[in-house]
Amino acid sequence: MLAWTIYLSFAGALVLALLPKGKPGLARVFALLIAAAGFAIAVAGFAAGMGHGRTTITDVMWVPSMGIHYMLAADGISRVLVLLTGLAATAGVLFSWNIEYRTNEFFAFFLALIGGVYGVFLSFDLFLLFVFYEIAIVPKYFLIAIWGSTRREYAAMKLALYSFVGSAMVLIALLAAYAASGSHSTTLDFLAHAGLSPHFQMWAFPLTFVGFGILAGLWPFHTWAPTGHVAAPTAASMVLAGVIMKLGAYGCLRVAMGLFPHGMDPWGFSFVGIGSWRDVFAILAVIGILYGALVALVQTDFKFVIGYSSVSHMGFVLLGLMTLNQIGLTGAVLQMYSHGVIAGLLFAIVGRIVYDRTHTRQFGDLERMHLLRRLPFAAWAFVIAGMASMGLPGFSGFVAELQVLVGSWHATPWWTVAAGVGIVVGVAYTWRALQKAFFTDLRPTAEDHPASGWHDLGAITWPEIAGFSLLTAATLVVGLYPRILLDAIEPAVKTFLAAGGAQ
Amino acid sequence: MNYADLFRAMLPETALEIAALLVVVVDLAFLRKAALNTRAAIAALLGIVGCLAGVWLMQGQGVATFSVDGTPGTALLVTGGYAAVAQIAILILTAFTLVLLLDSRFTRHVGEYVAVVLMSATGGLIICGAQDLLVIFVGLELLSLGLYILTAFAKRSGKSAEGALKYYLFGGMSAAFLLFGFSYLYGFAGSTNLQEVFAAIVAPDVSSSPLLYVALVAVAAGLGFKVAAFPFHLWAPDAYEGAPAPAAAFIASVSKVASFALLITITAAILPSRWSLLLVILAAASMFAGNLAALAQVSVRRLLAYSAIAHAGYMLLGLAYFSDRSRDALLYYIVTYALTTIGAFGVVGVVERATGTDRFDGFLGLNKRNPLLAAVLLVLFLSLAGIPPLVGFWAKFNLFAAVLTTHASGLSFALVALAVGFSAVSLYYYLQVLKRAFVMAPTDESRIKVDPVVMLVLLLIAAAVVVLGCFPALLQNWIGIASKAF
Repeated sequence: MLAWTIYLSFAGALVLALLPKGKPGLARVFALLIAAAGFAIAVAGFAAGMGHGRTTITDVMWVPSMGIHYMLAADGISRVLVLLTGLAATAGVLFSWNIEYRTNEFFAFFLALIGGVYGVFLSFDLFLLFVFYEIAIVPKYFLIAIWGSTRREYAAMKLALYSFVGSAMVLIALLAAYAASGSHSTTLDFLAHAGLSPHFQMWAFPLTFVGFGILAGLWPFHTWAPTGHVAAPTAASMVLAGVIMKLGAYGCLRVAMGLFPHGMDPWGFSFVGIGSWRDVFAILAVIGILYGALVALVQTDFKFVIGYSSVSHMGFVLLGLMTLNQIGLTGAVLQMYSHGVIAGLLFAIVGRIVYDRTHTRQFGDLERMHLLRRLPFAAWAFVIAGMASMGLPGFSGFVAELQVLVGSWHATPWWTVAAGVGIVVGVAYTWRALQKAFFTDLRPTAEDHPASGWHDLGAITWPEIAGFSLLTAATLVVGLYPRILLDAIEPAVKTFLAAGGAQ
Repeated sequence: MNYADLFRAMLPETALEIAALLVVVVDLAFLRKAALNTRAAIAALLGIVGCLAGVWLMQGQGVATFSVDGTPGTALLVTGGYAAVAQIAILILTAFTLVLLLDSRFTRHVGEYVAVVLMSATGGLIICGAQDLLVIFVGLELLSLGLYILTAFAKRSGKSAEGALKYYLFGGMSAAFLLFGFSYLYGFAGSTNLQEVFAAIVAPDVSSSPLLYVALVAVAAGLGFKVAAFPFHLWAPDAYEGAPAPAAAFIASVSKVASFALLITITAAILPSRWSLLLVILAAASMFAGNLAALAQVSVRRLLAYSAIAHAGYMLLGLAYFSDRSRDALLYYIVTYALTTIGAFGVVGVVERATGTDRFDGFLGLNKRNPLLAAVLLVLFLSLAGIPPLVGFWAKFNLFAAVLTTHASGLSFALVALAVGFSAVSLYYYLQVLKRAFVMAPTDESRIKVDPVVMLVLLLIAAAVVVLGCFPALLQNWIGIASKAF
């Protein structure tokens, strides 16, 4: 059933490309229907999959002579991430309701991107996974380059090239693994049990991890993220931060760690306490957490704050992956979901609700606009989203980051302390942004006065309220009752660890 | 040797020749007063019929070898096997390039143009099945001479003449190299037959002779010119830029298919490792030079030329690590690459006619001026860059997998890694064109009209690129079955 999310999105993209131009309303409604249908299927698939382990959706030979399967399957991790994609897609369409320029094409690219993302999360054949992974690159480029803002062509090209370089690294590892395992098949199951030599895994693991990690915002390969997020139109930022970065993290988990577990074995020597690739990536993750948070603290552009905060939050995902224990990995997957929803919400507020009305994101300008009075909805929405982003109890981020930290404490206590500092800085930059953008204490001067050229900011529209409610509910429900997702994630992580990711 | 059998084996070539003569006669005798459009349409139609007749005549051919006295040591030609795959591809691709004539206005002598294309394609057919150095050389020259003429066909264009002259001078020199190398090989073997040559050069006293290196380097130079491998690529950008669009499409596709088929024959015949080493050097150099030089281009035709050099580099990798599997993968690659390139030149030709330039700026706002054409361009260029699910990605994956399966070593792995890395580089320059077409604001919003038949064929090519990418097994199985028969 879940496979229909993929087909529906691609079919929707195709139909949108062919719909008559000049009827943006029709395109919007149609895109919303497709996205919502995908979300509904994702929810239904999630509910139906409860209590089941991995279920195969389809498995047919694609290229018999090379043993490539068209194999779609879903386990708890996939189902959670498909659910997240459905959420992000629906919210993305809602927050793009005001796109008037080349509307059909916008939603066509958007749905094509979403289709590729669904495909990655459901593929259990490495070749197929890679195909979907690359399908997602091109729509991203056009979404940013055509509908973006600040330095959009630069950012779009940077993102496309970073993604493509990352996927080239993955492709090299894929080719090598295929050849090294005797050229029989490319299914994940086969490759995982092909008995690839530890020596091979020792270099294939970092290659794949970095290749996917680039898209997950792995420091120091994260630099596409702030520029890309900032330049992208709101829906694309939401999807970039919400799901595309998860593609990278998911690839790290499913492919790098799943296929090459021995790549994380100790090297046999250690240098300043680093004795394996696992240590290397854990440290990079912690640096990412701290670096992203500290840089976010000094930004003058509202959207850059959120952009760097994404790097910081994704560091928790990567740190969680590198704990290699049940609680840490569970936390990492939950953090993928949590950050996907919260970052989507933050970008929606900054990009759609604020920027599309004020046409500036500079704190210096926003401070003089008194948005608390003029856009109270935006202010209070950001208060809620900010609390979620800080990791306050009651929101999904709290459960996720706590689990990552607990898992990481078991593995590497000192780095956990550093990561904890990152959370504190996270509170600081969120407060700073909140204060500068909404709760300013500057008094309006004469030239700022409404009579002297303040234009009307426009009322909050229903799609914005709907999108906001959807995402807030998504983070609150999981924050208040985390078992709803944990019941799906925990068994899947247990199976994953038992299959070889364990030490 | 039975001449009736030989004639039967040469039926497709004969069909092309007859079609070529017929086109000239019909055009000169009956259509003197007709409008140019009509003449072009009839000439192209006759040419296409000739090509399809050639394909039809190939049906009856089995796998056979034709030799002077019946022994393999005197073989001249083979039919069937991978040669048949390449020949069918050549015939179909020639038909596609002839369609592009309908939307071009570079000459009034359409009959002659079509005739030269068909004769040139005949040369291509011959070298696919040739097993003898002399037959190879004759076929190659037949192909090349036609290409020089085609490049020069736009008589009013200075660039066309310049490109043709460069092409001709380099071509003449490389033919001399090739002949020089062949003469040494003949000196070793006392025979022009490839099998005899192989038997001679593996003998201990010859295989260590420095003269063998001279011979192989000379042959590599001659053939490297044909496939535009670095450093024998200098003609390519000028010829691609100067030649009329349909002729450029022909040079970039049909001539490449034939040349790679020939390289397969030669590589299969002389397997020694030093030949591989030569190919490795050419491959790595072509990937480097082609991709890096393409980054700096502002003309789409020159961009396609440099990207062709890069693609030749990837394909030479498949030859350097040669096996049945990499041969099939290479055939898949060259056939699909040629198809994609024809489409790309088709789009370039249309845009050039409408805007008067093939520079990037000519593509500004193509999406607005003709969405369908822009969509075709998107599909073809992304396929060239190797983005799934388009056929270019599959061709690359298949080829590199075959290379690693054939020979797993540090060097082969490093070369594949290099090739994959350069694919990432190539995305940049393909996106530069697509950026003009889709992202940047148009300077002129008037609609670009395309001849409906040309548009149909371009759509067909784009559809084939998508379908073959999604269902790669279709073509792959056919190539596998057909080439195994050899």
